[in-house]
Amino acid sequence: MWQRLIDDEVRARLERLDVPFNRYGLDPYGISKDHLGVFYTALGHVYRRYFSVRTVGIEHVPLTGRALVVGNHSGGLPVDASMVIASLFFECEPPRHAHGMVEKFAQNLPFLSSWFSRLGQLTGLPEHAVRFLEDDRMVMVFPEGARGTGKLYRDRYKLVRFGTGFMRIALQTGSPVLPFAFVGGEEALPTIYHAKTLARMLGTPYFPVPPYLVPVPRPFPCDLWYGPPMTFEGDGTEPDEVIEGYVDQVRVVVADLIERGRAARRQRRARE
Amino acid sequence: MKVLITGIGGGLARQVAMRIHEAGHTVLGVDRRPWPDAPTGIEIFNTDVRKRPAEDVFRSHRPEAVVHMATVTHFTARREERYRINLGGTRAVLDHCHNYGAQHVVFVGRHTIYGAAGDAPLYRTEAEPPLAGTTFPDLADLVAADLYAGSALWRFPDLRTAVLRLVYTLGPSHRGTLANFLAGPRVPMVMGFDPLYHFMHEHDAADAIVLALKHRLNGVFNVAGPPPVPLSTLIEATGRKALPLPEFILPRFLGRFGLPFLPRGSLNHLKYPVVVDARPFAAATAFTPAFDEVRVMDGFRWS
Repeated sequence: MWQRLIDDEVRARLERLDVPFNRYGLDPYGISKDHLGVFYTALGHVYRRYFSVRTVGIEHVPLTGRALVVGNHSGGLPVDASMVIASLFFECEPPRHAHGMVEKFAQNLPFLSSWFSRLGQLTGLPEHAVRFLEDDRMVMVFPEGARGTGKLYRDRYKLVRFGTGFMRIALQTGSPVLPFAFVGGEEALPTIYHAKTLARMLGTPYFPVPPYLVPVPRPFPCDLWYGPPMTFEGDGTEPDEVIEGYVDQVRVVVADLIERGRAARRQRRARE
Repeated sequence: MKVLITGIGGGLARQVAMRIHEAGHTVLGVDRRPWPDAPTGIEIFNTDVRKRPAEDVFRSHRPEAVVHMATVTHFTARREERYRINLGGTRAVLDHCHNYGAQHVVFVGRHTIYGAAGDAPLYRTEAEPPLAGTTFPDLADLVAADLYAGSALWRFPDLRTAVLRLVYTLGPSHRGTLANFLAGPRVPMVMGFDPLYHFMHEHDAADAIVLALKHRLNGVFNVAGPPPVPLSTLIEATGRKALPLPEFILPRFLGRFGLPFLPRGSLNHLKYPVVVDARPFAAATAFTPAFDEVRVMDGFRWS
């Protein structure tokens, strides 16, 4: 039944994906071709029609091999993650599948945890990132973590502190860092308040409340800017100050991509 | 080479015994259970590994290698009994190996000792701590036996010790933890969860144990066959029907209406995966499974 839901473009792209599916359409991590098909079919509509995402710099994405895709988190609901995954699948030739690192609480949620697993979105553990990268796959990380999604609208596009774990993993696995900026997510779901009690009841870090109360992102046009891959010297055992220096370089590039994305939007709006 | 196999009456142990025997080695076996049609040349001693007659076998026959498979994994045995057999038996076997000059011992353990938990890595390496003692207390005896067997690596440095952590086995014998779980026409699942299950064909498992012996492995090794598959796929491919039930209702149905009995703590194993990284074992022995996941499930279904 599911297979009928998968559109032809997604089906053709799945055939070109560099994932070793077995006869049941499963890979060694439990990623399911059928689940991917349904997911990407739905995501394609959201990516192209709902958020009308414009992707700039897709030529910077490596066509093969490992890479750590690193960028800013939008406040509220992290629609940025799914849009990055969509852009790598729909814009890259051949398509690429990115593995996200999911918050631990999501593994305890029925249905959601199962879908995350079938889509290759595993718990955010260093072991998962290292293993995926050693298998020459792409791993997407948001070094701002839950702090990033916890931003309110008044703090939009201000980067909070980057964690350093991703850089040690990049060095340990010899992976390039592919920086990106996602612009538009903050306006799609402008969070003005966090309902802490509700978040505690649901077991989530935050429960965003927008001015219109229902935490559903609006169909706001978004932009995704990729920068050139960055490589760093080392094996991941460097002292903190060295790692923090590298992380700052990534943070500066992401901040610059955000500014370029926002400036381009302002110019576009002025022309309109 | 003279090899002693404890728990030789078990299905997997018999296959190991046959392979070693056919390779031209002398095979001795200790078990409380009989093996009436054991091939000529395999000598069976019907005794408990913890009893004096078992020690006499070590003393008088002086095996050079020992494969310890006399552990209880089914939950029909009482917890105290499981502790006595699994931990007490392992202690006795290791002591006898040390005291009576065995050069190599292979302890056959289970991958479930890693425990099923939502925040654990998908692929467990040998360096991962075993969590089953907290996530599933009924497995605490197997965790203790595994760790105790591992302690022989430093307590008895002259005795080469291989601790194997095997994934579930499936095969034509229809024996074992996973085979029992899949025994009925309907198999319970926790609604909303579909963990990966890691298993291998029982023939591959027997081959892997023999390879551990042949290569005189020393250390702790995960042993696995093909990649894991989701529980729903396993159920469907083995010709069963999945019965997803909400977590708060499921325990009331277990052991009734044709569903398998499972201890309460085992529900985590229906929610989260226990999958192992077996690359070090493959590198040390050149082991490659002869049966892929499709053949294992087909074989179980149609045998």
